[in-house]
Amino acid sequence: MPSKAKPVYKGGERMKFIEMLHHKSHFSKTEVERLLQMLKQQCPNSPKIRMDRNKFNDFVHKNFEMTDEMIVDRVFRAFDEDNDGFINELEWVKGLSIFLRGTMEEKMKFCFDVYDMNADGYISREEMFHLLKNSILKPATEEDPDEGIKDLVEITLKKFDYDHDTRVSFDDWTKCVNEDNLLLEALGPCLPNLKTKNAFLELVSDAQHDTGMSISAQQKLKGKVTY
Amino acid sequence: ERFATVEGDDNSIFRFIEEITKEIEQLAKQHAENEGNTEKQEEIEEKKLVLKMRLILLRLDQQLLNQSIAQITKDVRLTPIMVDGEVTILQELSGDDERKHVLETIDFWGDGYIFKNGCRAPPQRQLHGDIAYIEVRPFDGNMLYITANTSGYYLNKGPDNRGDMNYEKEGDAYRELVTLLKDKSAHFTEMIDKQEFHLKVQEKDDYMDARRVEEDDDDRESTAGYRPDRSKQKAEEDSKDKGQKQKAQKKKKLEPSLKWKALGMEEYQEPDKRETQKLKKKKTSPRMKTKTPVDAEDSFSESSTESEEEEEAVERRSETNADLPSEYWQIQKLVKYLKGGNQTATIIALCSMRDFNLAQETCQLAIRDVGGLEVLINLLDTEEVKCKIGSLKILKEISRNTQIRRAIADLGGLQTMVKILRDPDKDLKCLAAETIANVAKFRRARRTVRQHGGIKKLVGLLDCPIVSATSPEADKDAEVARSGALALWSCSKSKKNKEAMRKAGAIPLLAKLLKSPNENMLIPVVGTLQECASEPSYRLAIRTEGMIEDLVKNLKSQSDELQMHCASAIFKCAEEKETRDLVRQYGGLDPLVSLLQKTENKELLAAATGAIWKCAISPENVTRFQELRAIEQLVGLLNDQPEEVLVNVVGGLGELAKDPPNRMLVRKAGGIPPLVNLLTGTNQALLVNVTRAVGQCAEEQDNMVIIDKLDGVRLLWSLLKNQNPDVQASAAWAICPCIENAKDAGEMVRSFVGGLELIVSLLKSDHREVLASVCAAIANIAKDEENLAVITDHGVVPMLARLTNTVDDKLRRHLAEAIARCCNWGNNRTAFGREGAVAPLVKYLKSQDENVHRSTARALYQLSKNPENCITMHEAGVVQPLMKMVGSQDEDLQEASAGCIGNIRRLALANEKARYS
Repeated sequence: MPSKAKPVYKGGERMKFIEMLHHKSHFSKTEVERLLQMLKQQCPNSPKIRMDRNKFNDFVHKNFEMTDEMIVDRVFRAFDEDNDGFINELEWVKGLSIFLRGTMEEKMKFCFDVYDMNADGYISREEMFHLLKNSILKPATEEDPDEGIKDLVEITLKKFDYDHDTRVSFDDWTKCVNEDNLLLEALGPCLPNLKTKNAFLELVSDAQHDTGMSISAQQKLKGKVTY
Repeated sequence: ERFATVEGDDNSIFRFIEEITKEIEQLAKQHAENEGNTEKQEEIEEKKLVLKMRLILLRLDQQLLNQSIAQITKDVRLTPIMVDGEVTILQELSGDDERKHVLETIDFWGDGYIFKNGCRAPPQRQLHGDIAYIEVRPFDGNMLYITANTSGYYLNKGPDNRGDMNYEKEGDAYRELVTLLKDKSAHFTEMIDKQEFHLKVQEKDDYMDARRVEEDDDDRESTAGYRPDRSKQKAEEDSKDKGQKQKAQKKKKLEPSLKWKALGMEEYQEPDKRETQKLKKKKTSPRMKTKTPVDAEDSFSESSTESEEEEEAVERRSETNADLPSEYWQIQKLVKYLKGGNQTATIIALCSMRDFNLAQETCQLAIRDVGGLEVLINLLDTEEVKCKIGSLKILKEISRNTQIRRAIADLGGLQTMVKILRDPDKDLKCLAAETIANVAKFRRARRTVRQHGGIKKLVGLLDCPIVSATSPEADKDAEVARSGALALWSCSKSKKNKEAMRKAGAIPLLAKLLKSPNENMLIPVVGTLQECASEPSYRLAIRTEGMIEDLVKNLKSQSDELQMHCASAIFKCAEEKETRDLVRQYGGLDPLVSLLQKTENKELLAAATGAIWKCAISPENVTRFQELRAIEQLVGLLNDQPEEVLVNVVGGLGELAKDPPNRMLVRKAGGIPPLVNLLTGTNQALLVNVTRAVGQCAEEQDNMVIIDKLDGVRLLWSLLKNQNPDVQASAAWAICPCIENAKDAGEMVRSFVGGLELIVSLLKSDHREVLASVCAAIANIAKDEENLAVITDHGVVPMLARLTNTVDDKLRRHLAEAIARCCNWGNNRTAFGREGAVAPLVKYLKSQDENVHRSTARALYQLSKNPENCITMHEAGVVQPLMKMVGSQDEDLQEASAGCIGNIRRLALANEKARYS
């Protein structure tokens, strides 16, 4: 692991690493390279190429308009597979692969992980309450504001809980989301929306770079990253 | 004087009795004391008599009351007369024009036999109280089969494949046909209120209401406790008059339903207040009515305003009703989250809402009533694609409900959805188009779509690349195109939309989509095409874009629905000769005939027979139909088919019978008796076709024998009295061959009482086709001298003479023929001259039509036997054109022209002779 984080590689090894990332993601080799380049620019001074929580917050805020701190924090944890508080190159590419080009299955898993706060394989009523507590903008005046959210949690639970054990397992989750794709981000937006996704893809994808847009895109990329 | 003061007071009679008994007691006492007080006794006798009379009078009152109760109860149960009355009124308001008529057709189902008691139902069903069966075709929705039972009107399951009625009751019974139809057809509800007879129906309804109340009153008067009953009965009425709710809907549009919630309890109390007010009002009016008929009018007008209030109340009360279904409250909660939640909560609420059975009316209306529609439509204006998709998925489902459609249109949902059609997200586009397809089922919505540029955008959706390989992307594109076609299908029911679609370039795109192998795609595409084919411009385009080939190909599809739309597109397009030829060339006649086997699907059958009818206009097609034995199959369909099928079947037979061998085939297949039988129908379109078919069959002598035996000519003749000029004309045309080919035609015609007078009177018509056909018939009638004498007496000569100034060649031809024939009686020749018929006839010779020349020459020849006429003709310059006609190839024309010139010449010679001698 630490070897991966080394900034300098011998050509062969580097190529192998990129090759490996290409296989583990939905990106082409050149795209992987571009993404790695981007990560590198994000952390210019640090010895290791990795991103900490704050930088990640900034990154998703700027690029994907994701602002909900709690959700972003959960997204960071979902990216950070080894739980070391940093996103390394592998995690970066894999995470963005799901973010930008994930299949339905990958996205379902990702979202479930985001919502499953204690990582016990279930989304409990409490977790739901926590996630939904800000979702009612103007609670009815006389009502206890929590009341409305509790109701909403019940509705959500009713919707998802196929096996009636008052918690949502991953099975419940996939069943329900497959039935209705709209429910993928049911407990809070944790994936980029179409517009920002496309904008970001423009920076990295081959299709854009091949069609003479590369220079301007590169510039844009630089501009954005060195912001 | 005592009576006068106590008159009308209920216990006066008791007081009176008391008084008399007292006096009798007194008398008994007095009797013991001094007998012989005869004077007093007499007085008492008199009082006893008065008492007796009072009692009798009182009883008379009661008797009268009882009698009227009996009368009224009898009336409230349906009677055949009432059924007939309602149906005829509605028939008058039915027709083809969606914008004018309330229903497409309404008629009695069955063989049309009416029993002595006025019922049309078979006797075994009459035991169950059935009076008749009514078949109704509304503009929206399927055929409705309604049983008129003595207990009321209700839907039944309709006839099965073999044409036997399935009498099982479906749904509630209604007191009036109108109420039932209001409940079943939104279009009917919309139109019925616009009708001129509005007042009449309203009055009728109210009258019935009033009667019901009356009956109630009378029943309860003795027990004096009628007030609670009234409200109970009212509730009953309200539940029954669900249909009227829809009318109140319109009122509702004006105030968004959100308001109700906002107003809270204040609003809820209001209907109750109204209720009590109304009760007070009602308490007085009906009683007065029973006693004094003068008041009746008064209470009519009163009750009509009342009933409107009532409708409002009904609608409102459904809100206050304590036992609303649990879905209502759950949906209300969800809508709350839609309103007050962020995107996450909104999506959860949207998805949960879809877990309700949105096909169910309670849920649909609940969404509307708690103000959900506004929120759903507002969501369409947001940036959130997911919210839009979720919202549209719900709107798509609930817009199947007619009330919801209107509400969506009222809330401006269409405009937003039209905007969404340009969205890059394909799912979103699909959903929006599909929802528009549902909403645009009524006229105002279609107009809104057009006015906001929706047609252009929808046409834009059709433009999808047809890729043979199936990739998810291509499937999506096809789905977009399909939903676009679906929406256009709904929109294409308006004429202006058809025009807009054409201008937006829909035709080539539709032609391209028509090549698709996908049935789901083809149905809306062909559906749109057949809808548009009512316009000549589309018919031309369908032909020139080569769509006929694809339509013919799809006739062989497995899907009944697709086959039906294809057949009906061909039906409409085959008005043009080139199209008919194309259908034949692509082998379309064979599948059309084979569709006749599908007797269980009436819509398909109607479309297929329609296509056969129109295709049979071309003689080449007739030959092919003959090979395919179409006649036998069509004749087989003459029994037990709904009218829309019959119209086309008979139309087809009429066309096919133009070919002489086919006439024999019709006879051999046993087609003549059912055809003649159909002459007794009432459907105008059907009558036009039947008369034509019978006329064609009558061209053959053997057929004529059968027609004569079945009294067909009399039936034809009676159709001359029909209101519809097309029927009149068609009947008159059919009469011509009948007279030509019948044995003892003269005698037969004379046997129709008043028949000759009737046909002569038709010369007053201002319908050209009627005039031409009647002239032709008169020409045939005049072959019989006796009949000619009769029609002369009826003043045929001046009437014919009055028509001579026409420029219509068809009329000219038959008019001249009639004049020629009519000259053969008495001084008719002179009379024609006197009426100024001669000079205009001379002008006919300048016509382009050979047939006109022939009959005119004949008429002139007949007229020239009168010297006065010869002079007139000569002055009008007849000689020159006649000289030309003598040189004609046509021997008839030659002879007549020569004869005429001969007569003129002879007169001149005689003149000269007279001068010189």
